[in-house]
Amino acid sequence: MKNQHLYNYILGIADNSLILGQRLGELCGHGPSLETDIAGTNISLDLFGQVRSYFQYAAQLSDDNSATEDTIAFLRLERQYKNVLLVEQPNTDFGYVIVRQFLFDAYHLLFLRELENSKDETLAAIAKKSVKEVSYHWRFSSDWIRRLGDGTQESHERVQEAITDLWMYTDELFHQTEADQAMIAEGIGVNTSKLKDIYYKMVSEVLEEATLEVPENKYFHKGGKQGIHSEHMGYILSDMQYMQRTYPNMEW
Amino acid sequence: MSENEVKNLEDIFEARIARDEKIEPKDWMPEKYRKTHIRQISQHAHSEIVGMLPEGNWISRAPSLRRKVALLAKVQDEAGHGLYLYSACETLGISRDELYEQLHTGKAKYSSIFNYPTVTWADMGAIGWLVDGAAIINQVPLCNTSYGPYARAMVRVCKEESFHQRQGFEIMLKLANGTPEQKEMAQDALNRWWWPSLMMLGPTDAESVHTAQSMKWKLKRKTNDELRQQFIDQTVPQADLLGLTVPDPDLKWNEKTGHYDFGEIDWDEFWQVVKGYGPSNKKRMKDRVGAWEEGAWVRDAAMAYADKKEKRKDLKHVG
Repeated sequence: MKNQHLYNYILGIADNSLILGQRLGELCGHGPSLETDIAGTNISLDLFGQVRSYFQYAAQLSDDNSATEDTIAFLRLERQYKNVLLVEQPNTDFGYVIVRQFLFDAYHLLFLRELENSKDETLAAIAKKSVKEVSYHWRFSSDWIRRLGDGTQESHERVQEAITDLWMYTDELFHQTEADQAMIAEGIGVNTSKLKDIYYKMVSEVLEEATLEVPENKYFHKGGKQGIHSEHMGYILSDMQYMQRTYPNMEW
Repeated sequence: MSENEVKNLEDIFEARIARDEKIEPKDWMPEKYRKTHIRQISQHAHSEIVGMLPEGNWISRAPSLRRKVALLAKVQDEAGHGLYLYSACETLGISRDELYEQLHTGKAKYSSIFNYPTVTWADMGAIGWLVDGAAIINQVPLCNTSYGPYARAMVRVCKEESFHQRQGFEIMLKLANGTPEQKEMAQDALNRWWWPSLMMLGPTDAESVHTAQSMKWKLKRKTNDELRQQFIDQTVPQADLLGLTVPDPDLKWNEKTGHYDFGEIDWDEFWQVVKGYGPSNKKRMKDRVGAWEEGAWVRDAAMAYADKKEKRKDLKHVG
């Protein structure tokens, strides 16, 4: 492929939205209230909409003439998915769902604001459209962090536990792959190392407002970007790929 | 109020309905009108939110991104319908929590079609095409029903439902024109959903206890049997277009009546499912009650937070 780095870079962005969208989709109809159910589905819809734009672009770049948004979404092996570990974490309870969302949204928002300035016009256009959606996601998840943190004793404890558990997946958001570095050098990619301080500041401010403790981890998990995922990932994929694997080469 | 005065109010009320005037929440209404509407509107709202479950079952496995997005949006629309139907119901002086309580304890019913399992992708097509198709036939007349908030909610619901129905038919069309496996999947879904869809239009007129009163209040414009006939007449040509076979050996066009004749409906099965013994009744209720109970701490937190915020605002004012 002429532009392997760009292709990998796009997948790196899109896979986060794909897997998080899939996780949120699992919850549809099972939320704590109709309003949160609708909001969760909305976020999932936005993420899948973004995924389609990214993968349609990636399919154009691919040497494989039969590549489509769906072959890229559904027909890769687990090791070829490049999403961060954070987004594949399970829907343990509403606290985990909101914290996962919150920790990702903060990053996603900062990232897209930079991607709007990409030299690659297609990526810049996708970012421009997505940033509006993700601003809403961030507002939704950070509002819920405040409600749960500063709500009842039980909600405080539950959301604190989720924060403490999921914090170790935040550092990976800023790891740079070879494709990332190549794209940064070309003025296409976002230099995420510059976002790290702002990210932790942004997240910590909300946590403090929500009377929650900011964890002080020494150790973090990584590997998702290199395709080394948690044990959850295989189950996500067997669910998500079920139709495409069972009935190959068909149109739906 | 004396008996005569009530009688007088009732006469005025019935005359308003006869003149096709809308009844609004603050208007006087007979207690029976209020109760009947709570029953019907809440049953409808419950059907929307329980109906999210069988389709939600396929979101994670939808076969393409386009289908996944469409299905998510459809299930979200159903949640939206639930939301405005509950709101319409609340104008009659009952809270959403009370309505949920009725659903969870089995006191309130929901459409029994949702007690059938969705076992293949083609079921997403069949539900859109047949179940939403039957729902539309039931619901379009309700856009002109006498109770204002219900009628207005139904205008919006019907618009979205007809979009869902076309989307379901399009899923079926794609399968019917696909590989032999896909066509078989479509036929199998039609076989399983056909009869429950006919049952969805309610018991036969002879068995229907609410029909007469509901017709008078314009909660119903046609009887169950008339609606069922309309559904069959409309759907059979669509099945022909798909190249699928309706699973009824007695189905035949009747030149004389200008309608399709059709076979005997298994009413024992209908009542079994209505009474709570269908294939998925237990699962549906377990999911609904589970979501509600597991979400209690979240709703409590939101209330507590809102209270705290309110108090802080008050303190600021005092300060």
